[in-house]
Amino acid sequence: MHDLIIAGAGPAGITASIYAVRKRMNLLVISRDIGGQAALSGEIANYTGYQFISGPELALKFQEHINAFGVKLKLPEEARDIKREDNRIRLFTDKGEYLARTVIIATGSHPRLLNVRGEREFKNKGVTYCATCDGPLFKDKAIAIIGGGNSALDAALQMINISPKIYIIDISPQLSADSIMIEKVLKSTNIEILNNTKVERIYGDIFVKGIEVEKDGRPLDLKLQGVFIEIGLIPNSDFAKVVKKNNSEEIIIDHSNQTSVEGIFACGDVTNVQEKQIIVACGEGAKAALSVFNYLSVHNY
Amino acid sequence: MNKQVKVYSTHTCPYCKATKQFLKDSGIEFEDIDVSVDQKAAEEMIQKSGQMGVPVLDIEGQIIVGFDKETISKALGP
Repeated sequence: MHDLIIAGAGPAGITASIYAVRKRMNLLVISRDIGGQAALSGEIANYTGYQFISGPELALKFQEHINAFGVKLKLPEEARDIKREDNRIRLFTDKGEYLARTVIIATGSHPRLLNVRGEREFKNKGVTYCATCDGPLFKDKAIAIIGGGNSALDAALQMINISPKIYIIDISPQLSADSIMIEKVLKSTNIEILNNTKVERIYGDIFVKGIEVEKDGRPLDLKLQGVFIEIGLIPNSDFAKVVKKNNSEEIIIDHSNQTSVEGIFACGDVTNVQEKQIIVACGEGAKAALSVFNYLSVHNY
Repeated sequence: MNKQVKVYSTHTCPYCKATKQFLKDSGIEFEDIDVSVDQKAAEEMIQKSGQMGVPVLDIEGQIIVGFDKETISKALGP
């Protein structure tokens, strides 16, 4: 039986696995991918030690790090359900089921849908949730980025040398991203910011041809070929029915990353930790693994 | 017999990297096409797959969108 199974291999899960393997725990990691949402970031400039690193490069560094420690990894495999039985945790996945003394849930989050007409119809036909992946396909095409936070502005900055015209469509009166990013965006000549603006519809034929928005209560029609949706994240916590969650579906943890169920721990963006940042997720991952170590020691495993 | 495999990708896309790594690990030779630098290839990819997401695989004419390990394995055959 495993001492610990970690579900997820983003910044939180990977850091947890490094701490766990160094404590010589009998460990297994299952994950859909390596790097999670972080792997999809463009420019990362707030991860200590790197003045600049791209998301895909950081994910590669993560992979090298766990490979060096010989972490056992099952990929791609996704958690489907989790239960406590006697003194053990049973984890069900799309490939099978496992028994472990403890489980750390580090399954992260996925992009929030805009929920407007045309979004589903034109997904991958102009509508994208990954600027890092699909951005280069919009060369010489006008695009709209929906959102006003760090992810939205990161997408905009990735596109300034690719796309001739970029609209940032922000529902709030002011962008909420870090000031340093806002300053960069304001300096670029091909970005136009539309605040107080709501997307009503995405339209086109085979591919996107434009969007209808409402700015300050007035309708506007923007002709463009790409819609990049960056309006926040939803925790990947559906499968974890047994643990307590808050109204945002985030798994509630205490200061030592314990969930409401003994033996089940959680860390990173899937939890109610205040900030969804790569470095915070890493720190939480380390905490979770050390809490598991303490838990196993106390229970004489 | 080896099937002819093309992978349309961008150099930044993690799913593309995972796809190519999977093919390499399986000992499959493939043509690696970076659509972020080759505009003509990008148009070809969009035309073939009817969509703009990467990666796209062309395995002897069968088009697969995304890193779908099982579908890819099936298309490659035994």
